[in-house]
Amino acid sequence: MMTSFFNNLLRLRRGPWEMVASILIAIGVVMMMQPFVLALFSYSFIVTLVGTVMFIIVSHFPE
Amino acid sequence: MANSPADKLAQATPPGIANRVRGLSDRAIAWIFVGPSIFLLLAVNIFPLIWTINLSFTNFKANRNREVDYIGLRNYERILTDEDTWITMQATAHFLISTIVIQVLIGFTLAYLINKKFKGNDLWTTIIVLPMMLSPAVVGNFWTFLYQPQIGLFNYIVAFFSGVDPSSFSMIGEVALAPWAIVIVDTWMWTPFVMLICLAGLRSIPDSIYEAAECDRASKWRQFWTITIPMVLPFLMLAVLFRGIENFKMFDLVVQLTGGGPGSTTELTSINLKREAFEKWRTGYASAYAVILFVTVFGLASIYVKALNKVKER
Repeated sequence: MMTSFFNNLLRLRRGPWEMVASILIAIGVVMMMQPFVLALFSYSFIVTLVGTVMFIIVSHFPE
Repeated sequence: MANSPADKLAQATPPGIANRVRGLSDRAIAWIFVGPSIFLLLAVNIFPLIWTINLSFTNFKANRNREVDYIGLRNYERILTDEDTWITMQATAHFLISTIVIQVLIGFTLAYLINKKFKGNDLWTTIIVLPMMLSPAVVGNFWTFLYQPQIGLFNYIVAFFSGVDPSSFSMIGEVALAPWAIVIVDTWMWTPFVMLICLAGLRSIPDSIYEAAECDRASKWRQFWTITIPMVLPFLMLAVLFRGIENFKMFDLVVQLTGGGPGSTTELTSINLKREAFEKWRTGYASAYAVILFVTVFGLASIYVKALNKVKER
């Protein structure tokens, strides 16, 4: 399961890369809205931005 | 002679125009049709977006006629280290999560009940949908009256059920209650929308599936979890997407109700953004703020649409 995930990542397949991008976006949004650590809020935008740009790029990868 | 609608249309075309168009390729004709839409999209959406991104790297103030300097990422740095902005984000998250959870629960329950055939079904649907048709400014105004501690109906209803003095609490004046006051009003106004979408989902389920389940002696509970919920899920997700995006940029209702107060307890990101842009006139700073919000909503919407497509494929 994990091996095929990493193989597909290396072969630049859309599925696993979209998953990585989605996880980054989700982490970024949680970091932005959490009420605990200001430093996490400070880095939230860059994480969300990287995730969003990655999502746009990898959605053009082959299935 | 052929009599199809296309032939009739071709015959009705004045010869002058027909001659002009005759020499064009299919691709050129397609561009003529699509061109105006693309131009409008570029002018109304893409150009302002690029301009905002450009302004976000400057110290531009729209009310000052002075030279604009490029200051790099300083606006972003200021926003992302500002505690007030962080608190605003938390207020938005509270509003967003609370409204979506409550609206989906109540909206789906109402849709499930309305979907049962009973007398006066259509009348009840119309009554439930009424709040959605009102202007947010009007809703905000009349809920401020309902929330008045001295004369407000809301306080009297709460007092009737709980026994507390109606003038002992103020929904929009207390730090602990104000965030819930805006959640209640948004829920009152927009639950019908979620209900309508769920109702469309429930009515799209063919009766034959339930009949087959009855033949297999599946209980009502089992039918609900294995037929109703999976088939309504794409509709529910669509409702969450629409409400999520709308509530992330919620402005008018909250401004009318609390104006962001007390203090900044109900100051959502859009209200904060408006203050930065049109009260403090920090246009460059506000542009950077808008870019941050745009990227966040865009990212969330992307993964949500992907999830929605996966559910639909199932």
